Amino acid sequence: MTAADVMFFVLAALAIVGAAGVAFSRHILYSALSLMVALFGVAGLFITLSADFVAGVQVLIYVGGVLVITLFAVMLTQGIQNVAVSNRAVGSTAAGLLTTGLFVLLLRAMAKAQWVRPSGEVSAQTSTAGIGNALLGQYVLPFEVASLVLLAVLVGAVVLTRKETAE
Amino acid sequence: MQALRWIVLLPLIGAAINLTLGSRIQRSVGRAGVAVLGSGMALASFAIAVTGFLKLRALEPESRLLLDNVLPWLHVGSLNVSLAFQLDPLSAVMVLVVTGIGSLIHIYSFGYMDEDPALWRFFGLLNLFLFAMLTLVLGDNILVMFVGWEGVGLCSWALIGFWYKDHANTAAANKAFLFNRIGDFAFLCGTMLLFWSLAGLGHATLVFRELDTVVGLLEGQALWGVPVATLATLLLFIGATGKSAQIPLYVWLPDAMAGPTPVSALIHAATMVTAGVYMVSRLHCLFSLAPFTLNVIAVVGTTTAIFAATIAVTQHDIKKVLAYSTVSQLGYMFVALGCGAYAAGVFHLVTHAFFKACLFLGAGSVIHASHHEQDMRRMGGLRTKMPLTFWTFLVSTMAIAGLPPLAGFFSKDEILLKAYQHDPLLWGVGLVTAGLTAFYMFRQVFLVFFGESRAGASLDPHASAHAADHHGHHVHEVHESSAAMTLPLVLLACGALTAGWLGIPSALGGNNLFTEWLSPVFASGGEHHGVEHEGLELEYALMVVSVLVALAGITLAYLVYLRKSLNADTFSRIARGVPYRLSFNKYYVDEFYYGTVLAGTLALSRALGWFDKVIIDGVVNGAAASVRAVSILGGGIDKVVVDGLVNFTARAFNGVGGALRLAQTGNINAYVYVLLIGVTAVLLAGAW
Amino acid sequence: MLGMSMTTVGLAHYLFVSLVLLCLGLFCVLTRRNAIGVLMGIELILNSAGINFVAASRFGSSGFDGQVFAVFIIMLAAAESAIGLAVVLGIYRRMRAIDTSRLTTLQG
Repeated sequence: MTAADVMFFVLAALAIVGAAGVAFSRHILYSALSLMVALFGVAGLFITLSADFVAGVQVLIYVGGVLVITLFAVMLTQGIQNVAVSNRAVGSTAAGLLTTGLFVLLLRAMAKAQWVRPSGEVSAQTSTAGIGNALLGQYVLPFEVASLVLLAVLVGAVVLTRKETAE
Repeated sequence: MQALRWIVLLPLIGAAINLTLGSRIQRSVGRAGVAVLGSGMALASFAIAVTGFLKLRALEPESRLLLDNVLPWLHVGSLNVSLAFQLDPLSAVMVLVVTGIGSLIHIYSFGYMDEDPALWRFFGLLNLFLFAMLTLVLGDNILVMFVGWEGVGLCSWALIGFWYKDHANTAAANKAFLFNRIGDFAFLCGTMLLFWSLAGLGHATLVFRELDTVVGLLEGQALWGVPVATLATLLLFIGATGKSAQIPLYVWLPDAMAGPTPVSALIHAATMVTAGVYMVSRLHCLFSLAPFTLNVIAVVGTTTAIFAATIAVTQHDIKKVLAYSTVSQLGYMFVALGCGAYAAGVFHLVTHAFFKACLFLGAGSVIHASHHEQDMRRMGGLRTKMPLTFWTFLVSTMAIAGLPPLAGFFSKDEILLKAYQHDPLLWGVGLVTAGLTAFYMFRQVFLVFFGESRAGASLDPHASAHAADHHGHHVHEVHESSAAMTLPLVLLACGALTAGWLGIPSALGGNNLFTEWLSPVFASGGEHHGVEHEGLELEYALMVVSVLVALAGITLAYLVYLRKSLNADTFSRIARGVPYRLSFNKYYVDEFYYGTVLAGTLALSRALGWFDKVIIDGVVNGAAASVRAVSILGGGIDKVVVDGLVNFTARAFNGVGGALRLAQTGNINAYVYVLLIGVTAVLLAGAW
Repeated sequence: MLGMSMTTVGLAHYLFVSLVLLCLGLFCVLTRRNAIGVLMGIELILNSAGINFVAASRFGSSGFDGQVFAVFIIMLAAAESAIGLAVVLGIYRRMRAIDTSRLTTLQG
């Protein structure tokens, strides 16, 4: 077992524990903090997959952006002390059964699938330059569309959250 | 040559400074600061133009071309358009005229606009106009030329409406702009057609030098059965009629006299209105391919010339007379172009620029001295009070009348000669126009400068006794204008006196320097050199006839307006005064345009309104009525059969909806449940 | 099972982690009554998809395509949470609640 493998198991555990915290935590604030752990774990997994650029983006956008606004939203909406109100979980049994079923099904599908393995070892390479080329080459149209989407989001978020003056 | 760009850029810099900081300069440095800046830029531009001209002259005649490629502009496919300026013999002539006369008019403006608070705006706009005009003249391709073409229109609009507080001025400005726009649109269409058909032949270019070599390919090309060259040149010529005030788009020029007089001199006499002439000469290779268009140009030119001259005879406004005279003289230039005598047309352009600018500035001097009085019936006797203005005005009048050895004589005779060789009818009309020109110009001189002063006189003969009481108020202050105004007058009069000597024909012992200078440009255009030596007798005879006609016109004016041995009223009563009234009211062309184009538009809209109301509404109402009839019929069936079906369907849907609405819990989690159950089911079916 | 061994970490390991994250995210979405909690679950699901893409990119031979898609996912997730939270705030302002069991005005 190499050091990289150890890293993987540690990070995978981090991600799964974090995700479990999000799913099972009673307190919405704990959920949010667990989400942070899970996101960091996933970012680490990206690094073990030699996708350093994606990992960086993950940390910057998710942890730096999404998580922060999530926390803001939590604090702006309800009294976070009130566990029963703030993070009520309902129907755990049915949901658990359903997700477990899905888990088993997908695991089976995964095991049965014929994974095509590329011949030879795929060399790990630094990804930033490659992603940059791909984004501005083959994927330039989705890239531009994404920028439009972000613009729409920008405007939409402002419109949705601004104070309604006359109603 | 790098310096070419500075010919264009210096006025732009002057305009930029004056239009942004001008009011501050005027307050802190004084009015002279603004004027020195504006005039200095024009003069510097003139100086560079002169050095360019000298450099050009030092070259071999065939290789006389200076280029300044400022920056690449458009690069699409095989099309390469640069912001580039070229100085060849033709554009050199134009640049010298524009900057030279422009500078003089700048200096004059300082004297003329001495009371105007917005002097900075005036000089800024004048400089801007110079910039646009020089762009038009120096541009080495049609696109750059078009930029200038539009720019001069804009500046013309801004300057006609310079005193914008008076509604009449802004209306005149708008009219000028709109009529120019009509022409510009045709010009643009012509350019596009030219470009498009050339691109179709594999030569996408808009550069004049390259056009000269490739337009020959257009021969034999046709669009909708019309030769492309003819169609394109006709469109371009419509553009020229807009800018150069020819029939049918000339009506804006007389109204443009609402602007300050220096503007009329610079834009509406010497430079901008000659843009059309310049454009046709510039594209002479193309126009030579279209004999039909050339004939149209010649006919339009002669018609305009005599038409405007007959109007000028009866006008009372000192500037209106000059305006119609300008239209008439521009007609002359187009006659020359139409005959293929491009050099003669440009030659008349140059001489006309001198004497007409001088005339306008002289008129401005008179107007300025007599406190913005423009009606010639209230002038008179100014000869002794304004001697310099009088003498310069007289010289220019003689020049425009075509008396030897002044400028107009040579240029006009060259045109008349070419016209005679082309078609004697053209010559005949041109000759009559020349006589009329001599008559109305000397009428103006006699009315303004000779006789008794009629300042303050009432124009209504019945109220003359009443007007006499106020007589004393107005007469005393008329005096000669300041040096800033008389200096340009004197210089321009010298030009009017001598400019013609550049083109003394060989018949009179000269060697026609002017035509020779332009010959490298027009050599390729197939100008008719062949008939040059048809006979010296003919040339002499034509000269003598035209001088005699001019003298006859002058004598008539003398008899009617100075000796008063002939009464003007007897002329105006000829044929019950119909010709007089037609001329005085400018042949009712404005009214005609209002009556046809404007009223036509209104009538069309009314007709469409009627169509809408009667036909369309009728159809709709008829359809409605028939539908109602059918529906009454159908109503019976409806109630029994259809209603039963409908009610059944409704009840069925109601039942199903009631069942399904239980699923619409509105709870997000419930929806996700349903979704997930579905996914699981699919997986179960597929994967197990 | 799945060629998953403790010694060499391969594609299957990553797919497994991704699957766990997906199921936990789904569970979260199903059980949370707090709209923000639902959004957190969605983030988990999106992350699991991201892991899949990057892993496929690493162990496949398609170059950077998978990573590019992961980047797009992250970007869309950011957009989604921005709008989603804006909607949540809007709802809260209007209804003084973000409990999804009370937000049932769409009930048929």
